[in-house]
Amino acid sequence: MIRNMILLKIPTGMLVFLTAFFIATCTPATPGSTAEILTPSEPHKLTVMTHDSFTVSEDVVTAFENEYNAEIRFLKSGDTGTALNKAILSKGNPLADVFYGVDNTFLSRALDEDIFEPYDSPLLADIDDGFELDQQKRALPVDYGDVCLNYDKSYFVDQGIEPPQTLENLLEPMYKGLLVVQNPATSSPGLAFMFTTIGHFGEDDYLDYWKGLVENDALIVNDWETAYYTEFSASAGRGPRPIVVSYNSSPAFEVIYAETPLDEPPTAAIVSDGTCFRQIEFVGILKGGQNRELAEKWVDFMLSPIFQEDIPMQMFVFPVNSQAQLDDAFIKHLTIPTKTAFVSPEKIAANREKWLQEWTETVLR
Amino acid sequence: MAAGVDRDSVEVNSKFFTSSYKKYAPHALWLAPLAFLGLFYFYPMGSILEISFSRIEGSQAAPFIQALASERVRRVLGFTFFQASLSTALTLLVGLPGAYLLARYDFRGKSLLRALTGIAFVLPTLVVAAAFNAMLGPRGWVNVGLMELFDLSQPPIQFINTFSAILIAHVFYNTTIVLRMVGDYWSHIDPRMGQAAQVLGANRLQTLLRVILPLLMPVIITAALLVFIFNFTSFGVILVLGGPRFATLEVEIFYQTVSLFNLPLAATLSILQLACTLILTILYTRLSAKLTRPLSLRPRKYTQRKLTSWRSKLLAALLVIMLLGMLTAPLIALAARSFTRLDPEPGQHAFFASGLTLDFYKELTTNRRGSLFYVSPLTAIAVSTGYAAATVFLALALGLPAAWALARNSNSKFNRFIDPIIMLPLGTSAVTLGLGFIVAFNRPPLDLRASILLIPLAHTLVALPFVVRSLTPSLRSIRPRLRQAAQVMGASPMQVFRHIDLPMVGRALLVAATFAFTISLGEFGATALIARPEYPTIPIMIYRFISQPGALNYGQALALSTILMAATAAGMLAIERFRIADVGEF
Repeated sequence: MIRNMILLKIPTGMLVFLTAFFIATCTPATPGSTAEILTPSEPHKLTVMTHDSFTVSEDVVTAFENEYNAEIRFLKSGDTGTALNKAILSKGNPLADVFYGVDNTFLSRALDEDIFEPYDSPLLADIDDGFELDQQKRALPVDYGDVCLNYDKSYFVDQGIEPPQTLENLLEPMYKGLLVVQNPATSSPGLAFMFTTIGHFGEDDYLDYWKGLVENDALIVNDWETAYYTEFSASAGRGPRPIVVSYNSSPAFEVIYAETPLDEPPTAAIVSDGTCFRQIEFVGILKGGQNRELAEKWVDFMLSPIFQEDIPMQMFVFPVNSQAQLDDAFIKHLTIPTKTAFVSPEKIAANREKWLQEWTETVLR
Repeated sequence: MAAGVDRDSVEVNSKFFTSSYKKYAPHALWLAPLAFLGLFYFYPMGSILEISFSRIEGSQAAPFIQALASERVRRVLGFTFFQASLSTALTLLVGLPGAYLLARYDFRGKSLLRALTGIAFVLPTLVVAAAFNAMLGPRGWVNVGLMELFDLSQPPIQFINTFSAILIAHVFYNTTIVLRMVGDYWSHIDPRMGQAAQVLGANRLQTLLRVILPLLMPVIITAALLVFIFNFTSFGVILVLGGPRFATLEVEIFYQTVSLFNLPLAATLSILQLACTLILTILYTRLSAKLTRPLSLRPRKYTQRKLTSWRSKLLAALLVIMLLGMLTAPLIALAARSFTRLDPEPGQHAFFASGLTLDFYKELTTNRRGSLFYVSPLTAIAVSTGYAAATVFLALALGLPAAWALARNSNSKFNRFIDPIIMLPLGTSAVTLGLGFIVAFNRPPLDLRASILLIPLAHTLVALPFVVRSLTPSLRSIRPRLRQAAQVMGASPMQVFRHIDLPMVGRALLVAATFAFTISLGEFGATALIARPEYPTIPIMIYRFISQPGALNYGQALALSTILMAATAAGMLAIERFRIADVGEF
């Protein structure tokens, strides 16, 4: 091994020095390892590992911290895939007590790698069974969001044509050259849209649909940012294409983060049956954590109305708890699809590589 | 008993110490740099490779055979080399005339030019993509202008998702390396050598090819190699600007790791990428050792002329326009966009600007959502600067002894072995190394997985090769006789360093510090993997904004990008000013 060879060359004194330096300076990262020696008045520490897009209101977290005399630390560990990989590779000596943010497209990877401990939270009673994809309750649903086609409303008004309503519509000549989608190999909404087509057309026929999209001059880019801000016509980038793959909450973002106040969004999401893919995000207690009791309290808290009601305006996804009230400003500009395309996590795990390869060979060549 | 020691044995002893000091002292310089690399590079890399391969079911050789037999991997490898070679050649083509201008002429605004052309180098890909989009995108200034001018309905220039976009972005990023490294070295070459050749009857071309070029060769190769390695491991540019049809090894490693979690194959590709880098660096170290010769470097005031003749003025003007056009136009386009109010009617598909605004900048200072993770732009600037300062300190503290050791005896076996290894982190996949940190530093006393210290450490790994490469040529070209003379006069090695080497490399030291500072300031990939949301750098904040829909979010990303550019430009200008009075003016 390279590393043994090189390490031999490092003088021990230097190592001791560096080691001492880092013991002195680094923060204790093992969650709860210091809990035993704390006096009761000091807060109990809990670490929550999550992805880049996570955000929460300050007062919501403070409410939890005050109630349980706790101190919550969040670790944002890259995009969903990267954060999950890190959790898997630190299995046994986890970086955190709780992991939040694995979605149904990655769920099987998390479960197969066995990083979570089961926890039957009492709050699951308020959550629709349809969200509970893991019967052993290792991963508990927190929120969901739908990846849907978005369109530029004024483009279709100006041109005097109807926006597309179905996936099949997109193959028609009147929509030629209007669509921009993300590469499923590099983008999470891109992957979700590929699953939409698989769920809708079936795994034997979805590639034919994609051939049709390419023939109808659909543009494929690698990331959501390029699709939305460079190519999509109703975003701040004012690109040339009026249909894009994004989220059903994107129109609400466009109103809330409008440059000049708007009464209604410049964009709309297409939510007809089978045109969206639902991403459900889960939370789980990591195996080998030191704070099982507080971790359970945190999971309960994430599923309880106070946290659930904070989710929409923070992360623009929907709470799974049926008791949670949705903010008016949020509901006003949003439509939730009644029937989304479905591909089970097990099927995704078994076929992810095969599908991506097929897709790449069919669509990018 | 002590009295029994006679003079002879004392002399023998002191001789022994002197000779062993001479023998081992140069190696002692390697202690800190090697300890650092061992602990924070080889140890995590070794750990992640070991774990990756332990996940293989079946024979150990399987992923190597699988990878090399795969047409996909061979194609990726071929493309990686192809685009890197072409990008490097183009970068030299743009950079060398610019280096000549900066080296040989003294004109007003030169510091500004140097500072402006350096900004591109530090910017994260997200910002560069937004900048090119603001200039050359479907609704960029150029396309909109052309559409207005010729009354077109579709943008005439397609930039995103093209091979040209990759090449242009690489030239945009890396030209400053050539300008700075070659330009600085060139500015110290005695112009009398060229003049002597011309007196002896050589024409300008012959002088350039047979006198100047050979003298510049070591530094040109150094610069080209750095540029090549950067292009070779290119990730963001390929992904965002090149689009789905292009993949380098680094992109493929990312795909195999994140999308498919095929760690054995990802590790195999990482090793492949490392092996290519190692071959390149070995090639380079051998070449440059052969080419380097001590030169009598001259102060700038003897080597630079004023622009007097109209020919030289015209030439300079053309070069300045070319450099600014290639290296700063996209940045200006982006900055302009960050102050532009959009038409409130998004149906308008032609020119969209409807006035000037400071809204995006004002919005940066409001925490609209009451989010726990809100950070003011000033805090982000402070955090970024703090990491960058720590990186400069670490990289110079480790890089200076390494460069010194390399310069003193470039032919020792040990140095020839170590030299290429210092550059390895540049050819390392950030995704792989990031996971390496997670698996290597997972137990006390070195549980660094969630520590903010990892950020300057990771930045130092990237900056160190630049620091060493910027310092070594200058240190090497100091004539040994100067040192020997000082030693003869009784100077200790420390004094020799303090009074001979340090003053003579002051300039190179500043260049090195600038590299370290700016690399840290704009670094995104490694920083994003390290998980402390309460201390985000500016690039991390930009990413937070640009990954959400909404005009204000996009506007804030552009505003922060502009702030990053301004901060970088200010830093670089400060260094340019400081240079004038620095010890480097010998």
